[in-house]
Order: sequence, then C-alpha cells, then structure tokens
Amino acid sequence: MFSFELFINALVAGLLLGGFYAAFSLGLSLSFGLLDVVNIAHPAFIIFGSYLTFYVNENFGVDPILAGLLFAVPFYFLGVAVYRIYYNVFEKTGAESLRGLVFFFGIFFLIEVLLIITFGVDYRLVRAPYIGKTFHIGSLGVAWRLFVPFLVGTALTIGLYQFLSKTFFGKAVMGVAQDSLAVRLMGADPIRIKTIAFGIGIATATLAGSLLIIIGPVEPAIGREYIGRVFAITVLGGLGSMSGVFLAALIIGVAESFTASFIGPSWALAVSFGILLICLAVRPAGLFGR
Amino acid sequence: MAEKLLEIRNVTKRFGGFHALTDVSLHVEKNERFGLIGPNGSGKTTLINCISGALRNEGGSILFAGTEIGAMPAYRRTRLGIARSFQIPKPFTSMTLLENLCIPLEYTAHAKSHGADVASEAMEILDQIGLADRADKLPADLTQIDMRKLELARAMAAKPQLLISDEAMAGLSANEVDGILEILFKLNEGGITIIMIEHIMRAVMSFSERIVVLDAGEKIAEGTPDEVVNNKEVERAYLGE
Amino acid sequence: MKSKGHLLHIAVALAVVLVAFLITNSMENRYYYKASYVVLQYVVLATAWNILGGYTGYVNFGTAAFFAMGSYTAVALIKLWKPPLYVLLVAGGAVSGLLGLGIGYLTLRLRGVFFSIATLALAVVLQMFMTNWEFVGGGAGTAILKPRSVPFFSNYDEFLFFVMASLAVAAVFVAWLIENSWVGRGMAAIRDNEEAAECMGVPILKLKLFATTVSGAMMGIAGAPFSYFVVFIEPSSAFHLDYAVNSLAMPMVGGTTTWLGPLIGAVLVGTAQQIATVTLSAEMNLLIVGSLLVGFVVFAPEGLVGLFRKLRGRAMGRSA
Repeated sequence: MFSFELFINALVAGLLLGGFYAAFSLGLSLSFGLLDVVNIAHPAFIIFGSYLTFYVNENFGVDPILAGLLFAVPFYFLGVAVYRIYYNVFEKTGAESLRGLVFFFGIFFLIEVLLIITFGVDYRLVRAPYIGKTFHIGSLGVAWRLFVPFLVGTALTIGLYQFLSKTFFGKAVMGVAQDSLAVRLMGADPIRIKTIAFGIGIATATLAGSLLIIIGPVEPAIGREYIGRVFAITVLGGLGSMSGVFLAALIIGVAESFTASFIGPSWALAVSFGILLICLAVRPAGLFGR
Repeated sequence: MAEKLLEIRNVTKRFGGFHALTDVSLHVEKNERFGLIGPNGSGKTTLINCISGALRNEGGSILFAGTEIGAMPAYRRTRLGIARSFQIPKPFTSMTLLENLCIPLEYTAHAKSHGADVASEAMEILDQIGLADRADKLPADLTQIDMRKLELARAMAAKPQLLISDEAMAGLSANEVDGILEILFKLNEGGITIIMIEHIMRAVMSFSERIVVLDAGEKIAEGTPDEVVNNKEVERAYLGE
Repeated sequence: MKSKGHLLHIAVALAVVLVAFLITNSMENRYYYKASYVVLQYVVLATAWNILGGYTGYVNFGTAAFFAMGSYTAVALIKLWKPPLYVLLVAGGAVSGLLGLGIGYLTLRLRGVFFSIATLALAVVLQMFMTNWEFVGGGAGTAILKPRSVPFFSNYDEFLFFVMASLAVAAVFVAWLIENSWVGRGMAAIRDNEEAAECMGVPILKLKLFATTVSGAMMGIAGAPFSYFVVFIEPSSAFHLDYAVNSLAMPMVGGTTTWLGPLIGAVLVGTAQQIATVTLSAEMNLLIVGSLLVGFVVFAPEGLVGLFRKLRGRAMGRSA
C-alpha cells in the first residue's frame, strides 16, 4: 500500500495543486483580508472565468491562459461595478456584515444558475498543446496540466506580492487595510483605492478560472467545493498576506493529495474543510497572521 | 476609612507581545467620584474593559464589594452592579429609546422576574435625563448629545452601584459638557459610585474627588486633582520630555 | 391580556391544523399534496433560520446540514427498526439540535462572516461523511419504503402533508413565542450590538446557544420525514444548496425581524417556485429565487413586512 514512490508522487501532485490553489485564493485574500469585503462569490466568478475561457477556446481556439489574461480586463470593470453597488448599498450604511454577506451569497447562486441556463450542467473542458502530456523526472511523472497552473499560480502570487509591497498604489492598499484615516491624511481616497483593489481581485478570477479548466473539466456547481477550500487557504494564510496564502495553498494541496492517495479521493475535500473548521476554532488569525 | 467598592490588585493584560497593563493596583471607595486619566493608548479603556468583563485580566485580581469578579462573564458583573457607557455609543439600533432601556431593566434590575412592567420605569429614567419626548424615536434619529445621554440612561437602567463613564463628553460643546456633568453629579448624590474616564481636563478636575493617572499601562500618579496637576511625572507623560 | 393573546394564537394555530386535516379528506390530486408539502417544509426551514439569523444576527449558510442530519437520522432509524414517525421527528430534532448546540459554542470565537463560513464548511464535511457511510446508502443513495397505510388518511402522502402542516404551524408559533418574550428581546439586543447587550446584563452565550439549538432542532425535525417523502434519498439531494439559499432568501423577502416575514416569504417564494418548476423549468425557478434574494437585500432590506409598514406609515401620515 504505502510506497516511497507513491509518497513522492502524492507530494509533488499536492505541491503542484497548491500552486493552483494559490491563484484561486489570491483574489479573495485581497478583498477579504485587506479590504474587509467578504466576497464569498469569488469562486463563482472563477467558474464564470472558466466558462468564458471554454467558450473562446472551443469556438476560436484561443489558448486558455491567453484567454484568462484577456478576460482579466472586463472582469476588472465587473469587479469595480460590483464593489460600487456593495459600497453604496451596504458599506456606506454600515449594513455590510449581515446583508452584505447575503448579497454575495445571492450573487454566487445567481452566477451558478446563469451558467447552468447558458451552458447546461455537463462538464466542459478546453484544448491546448500541453494538456494531456506528461514529462518525466526519473520515475516521477509530472502532468503538464498540473505543472502549467502551478507556474502561472506562482507567477501570479509573486506579481501580486511585488505589486502590493513595492508600488505606491500597493502601499496605499495596505494602508487602507490598516487604517483608512492615515490614507485619507495622505490625500488618497480610500473608497477609490478599495474599488480598484477589489477590481484587481476579481480580475485574477479569470486567470484562476482558466487554470481550473486546464486542470480538469468544469461544471457550474463546482464552485461550492471551492468555497471551503479557498476560505481555508485565506484564513490559514493569515488574512491579506499573499505569501501566507501561497504557503497555506501548498499545505492544503499536499494534505488533500495525501488524503486522496492514502485514504480515498472522496475524503480529500473534507480535509480542507476540516482544516478550516479547526483553524477557525483555534486560531482565526491564521498560521501566518499579520 | 471609607469602604472599598472596587479593588484592583496587580492587574496585568497583554495583547501578544504588547503590554497594555502592567501591575496596576487601585481602589475606588463607595460613593466616590473617581477620575481615570492618561494619554491615548495608556491603557484606560483596557482597564475598564477588564473591570466590566469585555476582556479578562491575566494577572492580579479584581474585587467588587469584596467578591472576586475576574473570571465572571460580563453580564454577571452587570448584575452585581457594574454598568458602563461606551466611548463610541453602541445603542440597540433596531429599538426605540424606550426599548433600549427596557433591555437592562429586564435583564439586570429585574433579572429574577422577567416580565415586570419595565416600560414605566424606563420612561422615568428617560424623563430624568431629558429624553422623555423622544421615547419612541430610533437611535439613528438622535443628535450627538442625545446619543451620549441615551448611553448614560441605558447604563442607569441597569441600576448600578458603580457606573463607568467612558469619555461620555468627547466632541461635545461646553454647554453640553456641563449638562452631562450635572447628570453625573446627580447620580452620585443618589448613591452611585462613578468612575469617569475623560480627556476634557476641566470636566475631570471639577468632578473627581480622587484621580489615578495611567501611562503606557502603568499607574504613574494618584491623588486629589490638585496633587495630580502638580505631579512632575504626569506633566512629563502628557507633554513629553 | 397577555394570556388572552396566547389563547387566540393557539386557537388560530389549531384551526389551521384542522383545516389541513379536512383538506386531506376532501382533495384528491396528489400533486397538490406534494407541492404543498414542499412549501410547508420551507415555512419550517425559513422560520428556523430566522430564529438564529433574523432574531439573533448570525447568518447560517448550513441549513442543508441541519436538514439532512434530521433526514439521515431518520434513515438510520428506519434501517434499524422502522419506528413510528413521531420517533423519527424527535430523533431528527435531537441530533440536529445537538449539532446546533455545537455550532453555538463556535459563536464564542467566531462572529459575523467567520461563523457563516464555518456553517458552510460544516455542511460540506457532513455531506462527505454521509457520502462515505454505506449503512445509510453512501454516495449512491438508498430507497426507503414508506409505510403502506396510516389510520385516518387515505394514503401516506396525505398524512405527510398533514404532519408538515402541523410542524409549520408549530414552528411559526414557537417563533412568535420567542419574539414576544424576554428571550426574543435579548436576542434582538445581541443582533444589534453583542458587546453592549452583554454589558446590559444579557447572558449572550446562553441565548445564542438557545437560538442555535432551537433553530437546528427545527431544521432537523423538518428533515426527518424527508426520506419518506422522496422515497429515494442521497446526500446530494438532502444536502442540496437550495435549502441554504431558500431558507435565507425567504426571510429576506418577507422580512427578518418578525415571525410573519419568513412565513410570508416561504409561502410566496415557495409557491412561485412550485409554479415555475412546472411551467418554466427547474433552472428558471432557481434564477427567480436568486434574483429575489439579491433584489430584496439591495432594494428592500426590511422585506415585504417592512415595505408594508412603510406604506401604512405613509398613509397614516397623510391622513393625520
């Protein structure tokens, strides 16, 4: 049952999966951790991104990664629009905690239903030269469909990290997270900063969506599985810490991969939710909390 | 010597590595008007959070009327007789002013017999504090000064022995400050011990019989208003070197 | 005066139950029983959700978990020794009530969104367990035979309809009792400001535990007859996200601060769904619920009850 080879394979698969999970969770960590906007609809935006990628790939043969990058622009504006509504209806009136949450839950559900109505409930997949091929390092087989998302996810993490810590705008976002007053004294409008940052968070969703459909076929309701996973990663990573998210994503990826290999695939998902529950109960600030 | 109503012995509180309170000891006598002052971040609010039960002190003990209350949940401390107002008013937003007062009346003053007629009692308190004509309004309709009054009225409705007033006057005009002071003096005459936390020096100095000064989580001075004003350490804490 | 009010409400409640019984002896079309059962089940779920969400201010995304635990408790008991329905109701309520109590202790550390995410996570974890528990059918599901006959009713579906009608009446009655008691007023204080509530003498932990337990138990009771109703039960149907969305959307549509809100919301939205499922499609019916949820939460946060009050207030203001 237990062999060294299986162990290494599970470990590598878990790490690769983790890189993808990071891409999945960065947008939420940005909005939830730094902006205090609990966008539980984030996984639904990602599935939406997967379907757009599927659409242009199927009809025009566009490379999925390229599609994800292209759709990032309209998604940015979609995010800006969603935040505008959220701000005006909930944040401004101080009703964000209860009703704002319900609002995003409704958006989540609506996106899922619209996808079902438009595309049906069947699984959809994309075509690209690297999907279905495997390269070998010794006896270890690595699937490109896992390796590419890992690379892109890692690049996205590094990009966002650099952006937040090095650029003026990124520092302003961190400022909003810590103390809006200080930002206002600097002469920046915190609402504008939050709007742009939220837009960026949603923009990452298309790329994550492309990665998702590269890894495997996608159906509209798959977002539910990811809700717990992405919150587990976001909370475990310490809200708003991009490097923390990456580490947490690797941990969850490896934990799931081991569970799937040694206990059974049907238990894999329970692992991330279990970790989330324990993490929430014991240390809500996360492992790598600010 | 007067009876001690509240006694704090060597209380310590940390947040992570940050020492919010270090070894603070003080006492408040029965029916005393007591002032607690200190620069921002000196630990005043942490200390009253430890007294009211919003936070748990890590070291030392807190005795109220001779009973150790350090491990009690906040609501039981309120029922023992400790009430507080909040620096940033925290009214029950979906309830009218009258209903706001009914909560402490029902849950504290009449905790044993839920269902007593608390509405008329609530009305009396609103009347005392000058909000009777707005009894049916929601907190959102109130002005800043009325919001502060509601905060005090709600604390009064808990029928406390000890009332902690946390910056009830911040941002108010001189006239309004006098109005709040008058209410607090009247409560004190009625037998309620009062701890006042305040940045408005004129108010604390005229109100308090005794003052304790906190700085960086430690007690640096204690005495009558005159003694405190002339204390070198206090001057240094407030003005810097 | 107070006890008179109680008597009146008890009389109304009993009258509704009696009407439900009379209907079963006069109406033939089975479809209506099925459809009404679903609507009534949502009356129970929405009312139960509202005791925690609307009254106390803790948003539960895990309605499906409590509902399904009630169902699966019943399935396990049916597999073991086929007890009478009331035993299933009590057992389902007890298990989900205990689950609610556990969730209640989470509120010690988790507020706002963290609590809500935890309930969602709980639902998925429990679904995993049920999927892997072969005794109750595992992921493939299991068929449940309903009892062939039941006294006073011509068939079992009519009996289930009657049971659910009684449960709905009982649930609304419990909500009304809570709302008009000191417990309900304390819950409202917690919803408005938990810290202030505790400082005013409200035993917040006790009340929150009460709310989560009662709310969970009611959902479990609603789920207990489910396997008899659908005849074939599988985790994906018992844990369906629709339960979470509906039980939340219905109070939002009706209004969350009174017992009337979830009742109105469940009857309107539930009936609309039944009609939409037949005339349009199952997907369109979900689209309607989602749109209603988002629409109401954005434009009419107080729900229909709030809209009605506002209109009445305006009319009275004009006449005065």
